[in-house]
Amino acid sequence: MDIPYTTKPRPDTGLYNAKVGIWLFLASEVMLFGGLFSAYIYLRVGAPVDTWPHGWLNVTLGTINTVILALSAITTLLAWAALKMNQFPRYKIFGALTIVLAVAFLSIKAYEYNDKFTHYQVRLNDGRVADGHLIENKKDADHIVLHGHYVAKAAELLDGHSKNAHAHEELTIARADIQGMKFYGPALNNFLAIYYSITILHALHIIGGIIVIGYLWGPGSKMWFTDPERFTNRVEVSGLFWHFVDLVWIFVFPVLYLT
Amino acid sequence: MQAATHAESHSGAHDAHHHEPGFLRNYVFSIDHKIIGLQYALTALCFLLFGFTLMGMMRWQIAHPGQSVPLVGPFLESLFGDVATKGVVSPNLYNMFGAMHGTIMVFLAIVPLLTGAFGNYLVPIQVGACDMAFPRLNMLSYQFYLFGGIIMFASFFIPGGAAQSGWTSYPPLSLIVPTDGQTYWLLGMVFLITSSLLGSANIITTIVQLRAPGMTWMRLPFFTWAQFVAAFLLLLAFPPLEAAGVLQLMDKVMGSSLFLPTGLAVGGKIADVAGGGSPILWQHLFWFLAHPEVYVLILPAMGIVAEVIANNTRKPLWGYKSLVYASLALGFISFIVWAHHMYLTGMGTTIAAFFQTTTMMISIPSVIILTCLLISLWGGSIRFNTPMLFSLAFLPMFGIGGLTGLPLGFSASDLHLHDTYYVIGHFHYVVAPGTIFGIFAGIYYWYPKVTGRFMSEFWGKVHFWGSLIFMNVVFMPMFAQGLSGMLRRMSDGGINYSLAQAGVEGGLGSSIMELNRVILWGAIGLGLSQIPFIINLFYSIKHGVKIPNDNPWDATTLEWQTETPPYVYNFRREPVVHRGPYEYSVPGHAKDFTPQTEPESTPAKH
Repeated sequence: MDIPYTTKPRPDTGLYNAKVGIWLFLASEVMLFGGLFSAYIYLRVGAPVDTWPHGWLNVTLGTINTVILALSAITTLLAWAALKMNQFPRYKIFGALTIVLAVAFLSIKAYEYNDKFTHYQVRLNDGRVADGHLIENKKDADHIVLHGHYVAKAAELLDGHSKNAHAHEELTIARADIQGMKFYGPALNNFLAIYYSITILHALHIIGGIIVIGYLWGPGSKMWFTDPERFTNRVEVSGLFWHFVDLVWIFVFPVLYLT
Repeated sequence: MQAATHAESHSGAHDAHHHEPGFLRNYVFSIDHKIIGLQYALTALCFLLFGFTLMGMMRWQIAHPGQSVPLVGPFLESLFGDVATKGVVSPNLYNMFGAMHGTIMVFLAIVPLLTGAFGNYLVPIQVGACDMAFPRLNMLSYQFYLFGGIIMFASFFIPGGAAQSGWTSYPPLSLIVPTDGQTYWLLGMVFLITSSLLGSANIITTIVQLRAPGMTWMRLPFFTWAQFVAAFLLLLAFPPLEAAGVLQLMDKVMGSSLFLPTGLAVGGKIADVAGGGSPILWQHLFWFLAHPEVYVLILPAMGIVAEVIANNTRKPLWGYKSLVYASLALGFISFIVWAHHMYLTGMGTTIAAFFQTTTMMISIPSVIILTCLLISLWGGSIRFNTPMLFSLAFLPMFGIGGLTGLPLGFSASDLHLHDTYYVIGHFHYVVAPGTIFGIFAGIYYWYPKVTGRFMSEFWGKVHFWGSLIFMNVVFMPMFAQGLSGMLRRMSDGGINYSLAQAGVEGGLGSSIMELNRVILWGAIGLGLSQIPFIINLFYSIKHGVKIPNDNPWDATTLEWQTETPPYVYNFRREPVVHRGPYEYSVPGHAKDFTPQTEPESTPAKH
């Protein structure tokens, strides 16, 4: 006996099993990211005065990534539509484009993370803070070299839009003058902590999407020749997941980059 | 089934046709929902016993603080080393046991028993399907569950031991305890939550898509309805806790301070964290799951009780539609009551008023369900077998649990009762003599379907009466202790706040303190009462009384209309449903039950 409605829709619900399953899964995903965005709102509204930064993320790169994901949504849709029109080679092209776009998104994201991981706030013994990218940090040297600028106190760094935020000069700082230094990681403040939490989780979803779409594009596409309808359904389901991942980014971008 | 799907299917279930699957495929990596249900059942029952054992050692420490645990003391010392010196449960070990007792009972024992075991085994058969909608995903759910359980269990044996911050894992405490137990707890939870999500999506899809011809929504047995609502609760309430778990992992592992406030002092020194976070945020995200979770714990148990009551009163459930709509209402409202666990956080009267109102509202559908079950007894010719006894005891026991919850739902009375033994008594009445009695009823009731033999009635009754009496000995005194102000989670059982200490005024009286020993003896009696059950469960597989036919209880629902144990795809021919689930004692019929598969046109007389 076989499980019914794996491919054909059930007449009274109008859906095949996997489609019900993916929508339920996406509902739970909404609650997952809903929880994270609620946490973001809660933390931001409740943040002590002068602790919440603005303009710390690269809007240009964020915009490019938004466009990339929007394009990938289109290619996903066209890939599925190609199968519906019985044009397998066309599906292969658009499927490949989707994966390329997804990898491009991740590469830009990796560049952004790397930029933050090499960016340091160095507290000096005289109370000032040096802020910038670490260029030289040899263990045996008695100094470090930073590409950035000095501020009187860390709170001045909160406004990423300010003029001197992008002042770059080479600063050589003696180790003896350093009280402590922290890179722009989750431990620096809660904006970065929630930024990393949401975007890493989102990136994991992108990776999951690449694996699924990649499998269907590569070894899984053999099913097209034995069971085209079921294969088309699989592509549709993976596309629904992909659209959801795109949608999450549509919230991530304004909430984290533009405010 | 349909010829079209037959030709096209490449599902795992299909493979089983062609070659004889081996032992591994049959019993370890099975994709048969019945085997997976039994895997869940055995694993979860082991965890249930383990969680109970932890509690036994805690109760000893509470009743006899600082004394070596009898029998297992030397064993504890060799296992845990310095946290159990001379076999005494130290405060650290007590905290581990406490945190893990709650976690294991809720996430590794009761929920997996209700949704994993009963849900998996029964829902597909009750809706007339050949399996779950996604059999391989089903296997994966069990494996995630098992893996999460192993992580939790293993955390006892890492340096520093298991999590110590209660099953609620409130920060800052959970984050400033320097051991790795909390990290294991969080990782374990991520696996358990993922397992639950996959499992609940599977159950919902099965009910929506795989109902047999004629099985309309209002012909579903109430048990299936209860599973349906519980699965939605798990699906939608668990993800925020998963989010919270990820955030707490960030705090614990990456050193962020999402849940740590500015100026937090640990051991007299300001902690070296960025600060600005909120411990209350965790409470919100935690209770957003944990309150719907209460209904995940209770609804399927109500479903089991409804099946057993209808069957053993030999009459239809009273108010089937009210039961269905009440459980749907319960499901919806359960999402907007969570903050009644947090009145003590100083949320202000406006917010408190909202949550008090919703909390009072949710008692309405709960009372409707209980009332329907109670009225169903009226005028029935009741068969007092073991499953029925457990179901009958469920009603007043859950009633006590529910009604004692009302003072906790009002912020004024909650401020006094918060975090006292009153709370412990309240929710244990809901879950222990409530849900666990439902589970016992279900085990005794469906055991013949799984094994083809009855469990022993005599030992079942011994099990029942022992459990009923000792459950009350254990939990009833907790109300008195809580009302007198005894706080939970104290490893010395409150002795430092008792009048026995010099200089303590208005502390706990000697009669209240004495109750600790009463509860200990109750717990010992409760443990001993489970021995007949454990022996009965295994002995009856081979030696129980054989069932006379495939429908030994003369029941109407679909699981009794197939062979015993059910054929690998449940039904040799796809069943067709002609009537509602509870057509007992229909006037004019020869038998006092009319199975759902019996066609309308069949003459009344055979």
